[in-house]
Amino acid sequence: MNRYRWRTFALEMVMIAVALVVAFPIYVLVNLAIRPTSDTGSPIRPTSSPTLTNLTQAWQEGGLGGALANSVLVTTASVLIVLAVSSLAAYPLARATARWSRGMFLLIMLGLILPFQLAALPLYQTMRDLGLLGSVWALVLFYAGLQVPFTTFLYVGFMRALPRDFEDAAMIDGCRPLEVFRYVVFPMLKPITVTALVLNAIAVWNDFFTPLLYLSGSDQQTVPVALAGFVGQFVSDWNLIFAALVISIVPILAVYFALQRSIINGFAGGLKG
Amino acid sequence: MLLFAFVVLVPSARGVYYAFTDWDGLSPDFSWVGFGNFTDMAVDPNARQAIWHTLVLAVAITIIQNGVGLLLALGVNTMIKSRNVLRVFLFAPAVITPIVTAYLWRNLLGPDGAVNSLLGTVGLGSWRQDWLGDPQLALWAIVGVIVWQFAGYSMVIFLAGLQSVPKEIYEAAAIDGTGPVRRFWWVVRPLLAPAFTINLMLSIIGGIKLFDQVYALTGGGPGHATDTISTLIYKEAFTLGEFGYSIALAVVLTVIVAVASTSQYFVLSRNERAAS
Repeated sequence: MNRYRWRTFALEMVMIAVALVVAFPIYVLVNLAIRPTSDTGSPIRPTSSPTLTNLTQAWQEGGLGGALANSVLVTTASVLIVLAVSSLAAYPLARATARWSRGMFLLIMLGLILPFQLAALPLYQTMRDLGLLGSVWALVLFYAGLQVPFTTFLYVGFMRALPRDFEDAAMIDGCRPLEVFRYVVFPMLKPITVTALVLNAIAVWNDFFTPLLYLSGSDQQTVPVALAGFVGQFVSDWNLIFAALVISIVPILAVYFALQRSIINGFAGGLKG
Repeated sequence: MLLFAFVVLVPSARGVYYAFTDWDGLSPDFSWVGFGNFTDMAVDPNARQAIWHTLVLAVAITIIQNGVGLLLALGVNTMIKSRNVLRVFLFAPAVITPIVTAYLWRNLLGPDGAVNSLLGTVGLGSWRQDWLGDPQLALWAIVGVIVWQFAGYSMVIFLAGLQSVPKEIYEAAAIDGTGPVRRFWWVVRPLLAPAFTINLMLSIIGGIKLFDQVYALTGGGPGHATDTISTLIYKEAFTLGEFGYSIALAVVLTVIVAVASTSQYFVLSRNERAAS
């Protein structure tokens, strides 16, 4: 059964065909983004005169530069905070007795089940009272609180499986607890850290509803909100809209293709739970 | 932990409280209306429709997305030469921002969009539709978009499960003369139980909470034909100012998510134990 036969070849062709169907929308996206507005032919025919004017115009009029900067800032800050807090919080939890962790586990499951819509409106009011509406830091605060439990949960599960011997050895050699964590435990956590990084970064970067609520009406935008505003503004100028979409997709896909192995393993690995 | 309490637990608890009031989101004074919001909901055709749409979407997405994802995983987990490249490409849509894919598809599915052009080109011109403008079709168009985006995600999780199936077991079954279909059903399927649990959980919860794609694809329209609980929550609160009612809807959403995920969790983990 390990030979490459005609049936394997037929399957290969089928799978490639499927992949082409999946890729088809992306092809249309790029095709429309680079064709001049005067070209009104069928959207599936490659344009005869590709141009970059849509892209530059979308960049200038959409305020996408600022939105990208905000998205990068929010994502980086949130993910760093989440990883630092979660890994530190998980360490004592994983090493302590089970009584704690059961309650914690239930609390986290609750957090995963509660839809954000329930908390959104009261939190909106609180944020307004604190004067944080329209500030990217409100988002960082929010994501930190939202993602820390889940991430801690991932870390605890992983740490339980780690042998204690290295930590004991380091302790005997005179390391203080924080040093043990920094130099001994944290390096061993690398696989789960990659998973947590990937899952959190994608969740934060792609989130639309939260920034839609908490940043609306301000000049601070993240990429998804900026795009929604852009679509509202240039309702039927699809060439321009598609150019904006292309601009927003390129950074994600670039990172994805560069790190695809870790990203896919991160998704698959963390969810084995 | 404190932060978690601040952004999730406390507001959620306050949310439950507001669900029993007629709060408008602004004024400090509001009054207790008991179950008023919930009885209103029972007679509000929009709310009833939205709940129904939410359930249809969640079930349809769960079945189709995981079915497609499983087939893709089985296809990729073979000797074909392009398997690594295919895995990367098929997963790619899952990392793209949902709102972006939704806007992309809004155009593709439009009357002059690429889907209709393609149908015309391959001689199926009679199948051309206004996919998102037709109340009968719009909900299914949304299902299609979600499946396109996340089937690769299911595939990756099934693939991780498939790769943990020891080759020896599979080959032993093959030598014993078991055909591919029965091999799958009796050997592979039980070992995939954990992957099934995760995939079904993720897609059903995701399907119930669905907001971004509906908002960007149809905005709940045409009319209210594709409103889900989430889009209705948003509309009630931010365009109609009915915060109390909106939060009551959110409570219903929470109950649905909780019931769906806990019952699923128990059924599937029992199957998992039975399989192992």
